Amino acid sequence: MSLKLTEALQKTVDSLTQTFADKVIEVYQSSGDTFIRVETDAIIDISNHLKNELHYIYLSDVFGIDRYTSEERFEVVYNLLSLRDQTRVFIKVRCEEENPEVESVTSVWPAAGWPEREVYDMFGVKFRNHPDLRRIFLPEDFQYYPLRKEFPLLGIPGSIELPSTTPDSD
Amino acid sequence: MKLTDIQNKVHSTFFKEHQKSLYQSLEDKHTTLEELDDGDPLTTKMVLNMGPQHPATHGVLRLVLQLDGETIEKCKLDIGYLHRGVEKIAENKTYQEFMPYTDRMDYLSPYSNNVALCTAVEKIASVEVPERAHYIRMIGCELARISSHLLWLGTMVMDAGAISFFIWTFKEREKIYDVMDRIAGHRFTVSHARIGGVANDLTDEATGAIKEFVDTFPKELKDYHKLLDRNRIFFERNEAVGVLKTEDAIASGATGPLLRGSGFGLDIRKVSPYLRYNEVEFDVPTRLEGDNLARYYVRMEEMHESIRIIKQCLNKLPYGPIRTDNAKQAYPSKDEVYYSMEGMIHDFMMTDTGICPPEGAECYHAVESPKGELGYYIQSDGTGHPWRLKIKAPSFSNLQVLENMLDGEMVADTVVIIGGTDPVLGEADK
Repeated sequence: MSLKLTEALQKTVDSLTQTFADKVIEVYQSSGDTFIRVETDAIIDISNHLKNELHYIYLSDVFGIDRYTSEERFEVVYNLLSLRDQTRVFIKVRCEEENPEVESVTSVWPAAGWPEREVYDMFGVKFRNHPDLRRIFLPEDFQYYPLRKEFPLLGIPGSIELPSTTPDSD
Repeated sequence: MKLTDIQNKVHSTFFKEHQKSLYQSLEDKHTTLEELDDGDPLTTKMVLNMGPQHPATHGVLRLVLQLDGETIEKCKLDIGYLHRGVEKIAENKTYQEFMPYTDRMDYLSPYSNNVALCTAVEKIASVEVPERAHYIRMIGCELARISSHLLWLGTMVMDAGAISFFIWTFKEREKIYDVMDRIAGHRFTVSHARIGGVANDLTDEATGAIKEFVDTFPKELKDYHKLLDRNRIFFERNEAVGVLKTEDAIASGATGPLLRGSGFGLDIRKVSPYLRYNEVEFDVPTRLEGDNLARYYVRMEEMHESIRIIKQCLNKLPYGPIRTDNAKQAYPSKDEVYYSMEGMIHDFMMTDTGICPPEGAECYHAVESPKGELGYYIQSDGTGHPWRLKIKAPSFSNLQVLENMLDGEMVADTVVIIGGTDPVLGEADK
């Protein structure tokens, strides 16, 4: 599939494919958005390159996707905005179902702190070297990862401690 | 203060692991400072839990503050008290069915959220939206922005000490509710946008109500300015409070008025114009100071700009259909449903299956909601339900900024800074 890229995006893609020739797995477009999938172990180098050389200084979001039955089940997506060129690009990495781990990009973009905690909370993907990797929405006592596809919509009864309905009696 | 000290005094009865890790993380936050002042003979240090049910925390936000006298040494936020799992719900609903849930995300500006979802679905499924619908949506979005900023203004000024102001801004919000009632048939959770257009056309009554509001509101806004712009107390409470530097704002992902108040004029309406924002004239108010007062000016000016946009929309409002006339993509009009067999079948199919974007398609579309960049990422598996729907909520990003912005401030300024950040927990907690 041929890509329809603006000048600034073309520069980004060229620069990445040249510098990290063996790390960029695929570049594709869908509904007008540009997605670049890269090797998981190269995410810090690529992030640094994107931030320092290509002016992607604003990280708008990080989120996870559960690919369920596919190989390399979990996908982490970084939503980046270049404030100079006003272009948006999505960087994707994948990780295994067993013990999913990705290097945290908080050292490059401090904004990744909370969104990475959210990915951890919802999918159980761990971020190495994250300064404060705790669950963000659910309490630490909760043991499941609710946005994984196998988690039932109705929840798991008894998985979360609920307050006593008769507060006077201990 | 050491974790063991805190645990000796605080006896958690609930979610014990959670409480423990939260206090642990407070202890761990920039530990270098911690080692310097070990030993506290005057016991000026304490850990203060604020919220989740504090009236000034704008919803169920919990702050754990470590104080040294009246100064906040460091602070941790605990959110999630309003977590309903809307992203999980979205995976089990059709796109149109999910829309009422978006009303309840940022419940202060439901219209923007409806439009954010609809534009994202229209982008992934390549739906053409008629010209008139674009303009009606713009009017709705800008009214929602004014409504949201009015609530911010009322509560923020109330946090700074002026109670009666809240009632005056609510008088104006009440008028917007009435206008929304005439536009959409609902006052609060409007659900007026539809995939492919809007639910119903503007009636003459609704247009009249919008015109009347647009004519009378600038006068009210002028009164607010008169009351606050040279108000000594308001200035003392807000000037140089909660200062956020431009580079910190960008690095920590601030968005919306928080970022624009810190000197960077990022507005999605200008960066990647959606609807017909490229056809109307408006400015992006930006301030350099980065304090709470700068955010006040930014939001006040944004209300002026919104009025300007609505006026232009009313002038430009073209005639024509309000929803795309393609039964595979959007609901047919009620006339068709009641009087033709095909219309009835299409209506049923839209409700049952809904719109099906192509398999494997992904898209991200962001709008500038009153709080900042509100984006929807959708991944489709070819059915009527999204495989993954991610909401990039502006309040969530701004609360992360707040966590570091509070360090070093006075405890009395906490509520004012929260007010200036303007978080909505319904959106941050998803």
